[in-house]
Order: sequence, then C-alpha cells, then structure tokens
Amino acid sequence: MLTLDINGKKQPINSEPDTPLLWVLRDELALTGTKYGCGIAMCGACTVHMDGEPVRACAIPIEVLGNKKIVTIEHQKKDGLLSLVQEKWLEHDVAQCGYCQSGQIMSATALLNENPNPSDQQIEAAMSGNICRCGTYQRVRNAIRAASDTITENASL
Amino acid sequence: MSKRIGSAISRRSFVKSAGLATGSLLVGIHIPASSEQKRMPLQQTLMNSFIRIDSDSTITLLANHSEFGNGAYTIMPMMVAEELDVPYEKIRLEPAPTRPEYYSPIFREYLTAGSVTTGSCWIPLRTAGAKARAMLLDAASIKWDQPSENLYTSDGTVFTKNSQQSATYGDLLHIIHADGILPREKVDLKDPSKFRILGKPSRRHEAPSKVDGSAVFGIDIKLPDMLYGSIARCPVYGGTAKHYDASASLKIPGVVKVKEISAGVVVLANSNWAALKGRGALKIEWNEGPNSSLSYDFFFQEYRDLANKPGIVAENIGDSIASIELSDNVIESVYEMPYLAHATMEPPNCTALVTDDRCEIWSGTQSQSNDQKVVAKLLGRPEQSIIIHRPLMGGSFGRRAAKSADFTVNSVEAANGEGVPVQVIWSREEDIKGGHYRPLFVHKLRGAVDDDGMPQAWHQTVVGQSIMDGTRFAPAFMVNGVDLYSVDGCLQEPLGLFRYGTSYQIPNHRIECHNPPKIGVVPMEWRSVGHSHTGIAYECFLDELAAAGGKDPLDLRIALTKGNPRMHKLLKLLKEKSNWVKPIGKNKGRGIAARVYSVSPIAQVAEITMNENGEFTVDKVICVVDCGFAVNPLGIEAQIEGGIAYGLGAAAFGEIELHDGQIKQSNFHDYNVLRIAQMPEIEVHIVSSDEPPTGVGEQATTPIAPAVANALFNATGTRVRRFPLAKSGLKLV
Ligand code: FES
Ligand code: FES
Repeated sequence: MLTLDINGKKQPINSEPDTPLLWVLRDELALTGTKYGCGIAMCGACTVHMDGEPVRACAIPIEVLGNKKIVTIEHQKKDGLLSLVQEKWLEHDVAQCGYCQSGQIMSATALLNENPNPSDQQIEAAMSGNICRCGTYQRVRNAIRAASDTITENASL
Repeated sequence: MSKRIGSAISRRSFVKSAGLATGSLLVGIHIPASSEQKRMPLQQTLMNSFIRIDSDSTITLLANHSEFGNGAYTIMPMMVAEELDVPYEKIRLEPAPTRPEYYSPIFREYLTAGSVTTGSCWIPLRTAGAKARAMLLDAASIKWDQPSENLYTSDGTVFTKNSQQSATYGDLLHIIHADGILPREKVDLKDPSKFRILGKPSRRHEAPSKVDGSAVFGIDIKLPDMLYGSIARCPVYGGTAKHYDASASLKIPGVVKVKEISAGVVVLANSNWAALKGRGALKIEWNEGPNSSLSYDFFFQEYRDLANKPGIVAENIGDSIASIELSDNVIESVYEMPYLAHATMEPPNCTALVTDDRCEIWSGTQSQSNDQKVVAKLLGRPEQSIIIHRPLMGGSFGRRAAKSADFTVNSVEAANGEGVPVQVIWSREEDIKGGHYRPLFVHKLRGAVDDDGMPQAWHQTVVGQSIMDGTRFAPAFMVNGVDLYSVDGCLQEPLGLFRYGTSYQIPNHRIECHNPPKIGVVPMEWRSVGHSHTGIAYECFLDELAAAGGKDPLDLRIALTKGNPRMHKLLKLLKEKSNWVKPIGKNKGRGIAARVYSVSPIAQVAEITMNENGEFTVDKVICVVDCGFAVNPLGIEAQIEGGIAYGLGAAAFGEIELHDGQIKQSNFHDYNVLRIAQMPEIEVHIVSSDEPPTGVGEQATTPIAPAVANALFNATGTRVRRFPLAKSGLKLV
C-alpha cells in the first residue's frame, strides 16, 4: 500500500500503483474538484500542484510520486495565494460551466507563486495548457492580472 | 377578523373555479395540490410550482431549466428574488422534477435549448415570486390585523408601515397553513423602473462552488456500492460486437463483470481505472455494419451535386431565378462546412440505478422529458417511474439534448440487472468519435447586383442532413419537408416556429433545401444550430455581393436593414464603436457580420492581422447586441465572450473527418479548440430596450466565423469558402 501526501495530509492509498493520480483523487479520496477532460495531458482540467509545480494528474501514475506534496483545489489555506486567486475569480465572475475552473485556478496559482508579476505573454504561456470550452479566457486573464496587482501592492506596502 | 377570513375564502373558491375554467392558468403557476402540500413536512410550504419556503426562511427555487454555463441558475433566482424581495444569492436552487407542469411553454418539453430560457422564465418566475410574496402579505395581514396596504417587504421580512412589527417569511408559514391562504388570482408585477436586481450586473449564483471544487457535476456523483463502467465501441459508428473475449479483462483486479449493451461491450469494475484497463484488455471482433464504406469526401461530392439541382423551396420572395437570369452582374459561390463535435469540457456521463421497482438517473441533461420518455420506453415502464436527478453540467452546446438520449441509455443498459448504481464516463476519445455532430453542409449561392450596387436577387440552395426529421420533434420543425434547422438564418421572413428573418430586405429571395438521407452519423444541434452554417454562407456571400456592387459591407448592411429598426440601429452603433471608417493599417483587416438568432439581433466586427505563412491573429472583436431588456448584463457579456470563443475555434480549426466509416479525430491534440493565446479582446455593447428579454446563449457563436472570414478577405483579397480556415492554409495563432 502506498502513502501519498495530499493537501498536507499523509493518506494511505488502496488503488493499484499504476493508477493515475487523477482517479485516486476522485474515486478513492473523493476529491472531485480535480476533473477528467482528456486523460492525455492535453486539456489541463486535472491540474494539481506537485511540490508547487502545476502538473496534469491524469498523466502521473501514483507509483512515481514518492514523498512529493500534492495540492488540489480543495486545499483551503486561509490567506494563501490560492484563496486570493479564488477571490479574484469571483470578483471577475470568471466561471461559466465551471468544469475547467479548478484546473485554471491551479495553473494560475502556480504561475503567480513562481512569478507574481507576469506579463501578458507569460500569462498566456502558463495558461495555454488549460482549455475552457465556455471561453472564459478573457476573464481568466483579467483575474490573474488583478491577483498580480494585489500581490504587488501588498509587497510594496 | 371574520370579514377578512371570509374574503380569503371567497378568493380561494374563485381562484379554484378560474383554474378549472382556463384549464392551465398561467404557465407554471398552479395552486399547490392539496395532496402535495400534505406530503410536505410541516416546516415547509410550497407557495407554488416554483417556490418553496422553509420555516427557517430558506427559499428554494424549483429550477425547470438546466445550468451548463448558460447562466440559467443566475437569471432564474434573480427573477424570483426581484418580486419576492430577497437577495438572489440567498435563493437555493433545486432541479424541478420531470413533470409536465415544468415543461417549457415554448417547446412543451422539459428542455433547455434554443436560447429561450430567459424569455420563457420572464413572466412565470416573476409571477411566482410576486404570488408568493402576496401570500406572505396576506398571512401578515391576518397576524397583525392590518390591511396589506399597510405592510411592506424587505430582504425576506414583512414589516408594518411604522416598522414596529416584523416577521420573517418563515415565521408566517404557520398562518398560511392554519388559515388555508391560497395564491391571489392576479398580482401586479413590478414596474421595470422599480427593479433593484433585474437589469443589474449580477455575478453567477453558483460561482463560489465552482472556484473551490465543491460544485457537483454528473461525473462527480458518488453513490454507495456504485460500479464504474467503461464501454468498448465499434470503431465504425453503429457497428456491433460480433464476438468478444473477456477472459483477460476479468483477470484485472477490480473488474466485476463484462457484458454486451447496444452501444458495445461494457466493463463493470469497482474503480474507473480498473474499468478502463478492463476495456483495454477486451478482444472484440466487430460487425461494422453499413457505415463502414462511408467517407465524408463522398458526402461533400454528393452534396455539391445536389446543390446544383432544385431542392424543396423553403422561401420564395419575388423571382430570384428570372432576376439572376436577366442580370449582368451575377456572382456564384459554394460554401462548405464540416462535421463538428461539441467537445463539452465534461465528457458525457451518466449514473443509473435500475431495480425492480425503481429507475433513478443522475444525468447532466438539457432534455429531461425526452430522456425520461426514451428510458421509459427502453425499460417498458411508466414515464413517471423514471426519476431524473440533474447535476450541474460541464458545458453542453446542444450535446446533452441528444434525442437518442445516448449516454443516458448507455448507463441505464449498463445498470440494468445489476441492482447497484452504475456510472459510465465516456473517455474523450469516445466523445470525439461519438457520432453526434453538427452535420456537414454545402451551400450554393447565386446573387445579382443592380446598377446601384444593391443586391437585387438571392438564390441559395442548402444541402445537409436534417436534425429533426424522423424524431419526436419533427411535427414542430419540419415544414413542407424542410427542416427549419437547416434553413434557419437564411430566411428573410419568419417561418413556422421561427419568428424572425435575416433582418435584410432583398427584393428577390429564394431559399431551397435538400435534406439528404440521415446515414453515417447522427446530425445534432450545435450551439446556434442552423446558423452555425447558414450564418457563414449568408454573411460571407453578402460580403461578396457588396464587393461586386462596390459597396462598403457595413454600409450595405445598414442600407438593407431599413425595414428592421432594431438591427438598423445596432449596425449604426457598431459602425461608430468599431471605428469602422478609420484606416486599420498594413496587413490588417476588418470584417462584419450581422445575424438575428432566436429573435435577438447581434452584429460583430472582427479585426485581424495577417502574418507570414498564413498565420493570423484575431486581435479584437466588437460586438453589439439587442436582447430586449438586458436581465443580467454581466451574464450577457459572458455568453457573448464564450459564444465568440466557441465559434472562433470551430471556424479556425474545427473539423471531424470521416474516412471509411471511422472518425479520424480522437482528442484535443487532433480536434483543436480555442486556447487562451488565440482569444481576441472582446468589447460588448448591449442595447437594453423595453422589449421582453430574448436570448444570448448562442447568438454570438454565429457571426464570428463570417466576420473573421470577411476580415481575412479585407486584409488579403482572398475569399475562403471551405471551413475550417485551417483547411485553406490559414492558421489562427
Ligand atoms: S484530463 Fe489531464 S490534462 Fe486533460
Ligand atoms: S467554464 Fe466551462 S469549460 Fe471553462
């Protein structure tokens, strides 16, 4: 039996070692905020953080994870960057159907963690793996810019 | 006291007899059936079909339209909240049961489609809110022995005018029960000048659950003892298993059972992963059936030939044929549009439980009454015994309104005989290859321009498979053998169900249609339906006529819409907002398209830049729309942005190819969709009017493809007539 580090908690896992992280999160741990969209790392719906990096959970069998720290959309840390991004997402009314939004938010949070003041090109590069069929891209951009502004303002205080 | 109660009683008997006399009363507003009211726990009161109030003042809206990104779950509570005097955010939503009283008054089905939700809800939901509020006022009036004129409501509470007494809505329920208060027969709806919620930009109601991952989509349903199913399907749509060997699958840990269903062979397992691995280990010999020889080249060729032959006349104004014959300025073009998959972000899925006396279905559906009927027939059970629970949906765009109820049927068949719930999730490959597409179309157009450069005659022949023919919906949609959905968007005058025309006036206007046999794949509605192809053919060809007549394409449209004040005004606004007359610069182009879809006029100017090697960018889209009273401007803008993204991706690279019965595309690497870098800046101008609200969900999808194609022509002088644009070497970056 494997143990995984999910949202700051060590979790014993029953799933077969070759199971993609996506299905372990969804089916064994009932963390259904991480979505299935393509299964081949092409859409970003399953984006989670692995040691802070955005990765596609559909393409990572759990046997390769070892002690890596996995963070999903359900990880609510008060005053964390994720909460800030979520707040900006609400302010900009980004979501439509919402299905891609966990992945969008996880990619955006990883980007801002790495680069609090990204250029438009950097935003596009970081978000290009996240498909939104509802076409919320304009608001995704705006919400990321707004989050970036807040981070920069707070830093200069 | 006795006087008031007396009047309450007399009002009650009046309402009852009025109900009998008119049969249905106002749509969706009925007096709570006493048996139903009795079944409710005492703490709850059903005010009418749509509104339930609990003694803790929780207000629940029984939602009879689906939420799949369209914003239905925001505008519906806004309408109720406005009249009921509560914040819309505080209203809970619960899907209404699949019963005729919840059917759409337009479709007479439990159906969310055609961009009519806002219009369908506008009167019924406000009335429901106003009637509920009136019942609460009647209760307070008894409680405090005050005429209701001396009372007012605010934020879920009734107050006396002097504000000395107050009661929450929940506090008043026991009086409604004890005194048998019934809805007033008639209530006045608020004057729009008094609106505090409607017309104000309002954020998506369920957005909080969509940013923290807690929103429950169909794919997220988890039930005790649930099995996961994965279906192996014949590579040729419609084929069946001749023989299969499940021995290797059954050895995979977690695989419970393998069986045949009508869609193929399903592996049942206790995890998705085991089901997927089990499916991979199946050995199946397929009987490919009659579709194995079909290729889309064959369809295109056949349709091109048909386009040269007379079809069924759908519209004939003046005499286009003679007028073209006599003209010495005639243009002729053929436009071709491919199959398109919907590729909803959440792939099709459904969970079903079938026992001897129960069939429960958890399905993200646009089309609940259809699904109920299909499943009832499949199982040979009464419709009302099929219970449908409707979770949120990760996009739909028409896909979840399949008349075959295909993904629901898959799950019901997989669950039948198991006694436990079974969830079948389609892989993306199954979705892309799933055989339900916007049908491919060929349009042949001929037009004549008079000496003043004005279009004199229009003759369009539309060729493509019918969506509605042979379905339950045929009687409403087939007119003289033509599917309205094939020609919607090129008719100049209203026809049948469709109460609008193109908005242009061309003196001679003839539309013919061929609906060839429905073979190969299943033709389906796809965001904006007929307009998704007619819009391209019509608006690009109108541009061709403008060029042939030496007219500016936007000025020509302004001139052609003099008889349609709403569109005429919109186009003038667009000319101004897009700086149309200002030169745009080297390698750049502007294109215009204007459409009326489901009553709402909409027009767009697209600005593009042509780079090296056929690469181009869409830099900006200016969109003007008139959807009557603009219920939620923030939601309207979202639908416009989304509609443009959806239509632009399809115009640029959307294509499903059918070769020897097999679909070539399989996932997002070869069925390309719009990504963030390709998203233009979008500027929306909403012209709010006092007209009743009409839709915006599909409207913006239509003009973007022709606007971009016309902009490409403007920049390069070359016309593209085969879509997607990538097919002509043009690459959106
Ligand atoms: S599901 Fe993992 S990237 Fe699409
Ligand atoms: S919000 Fe629907 S796919 Fe992004």
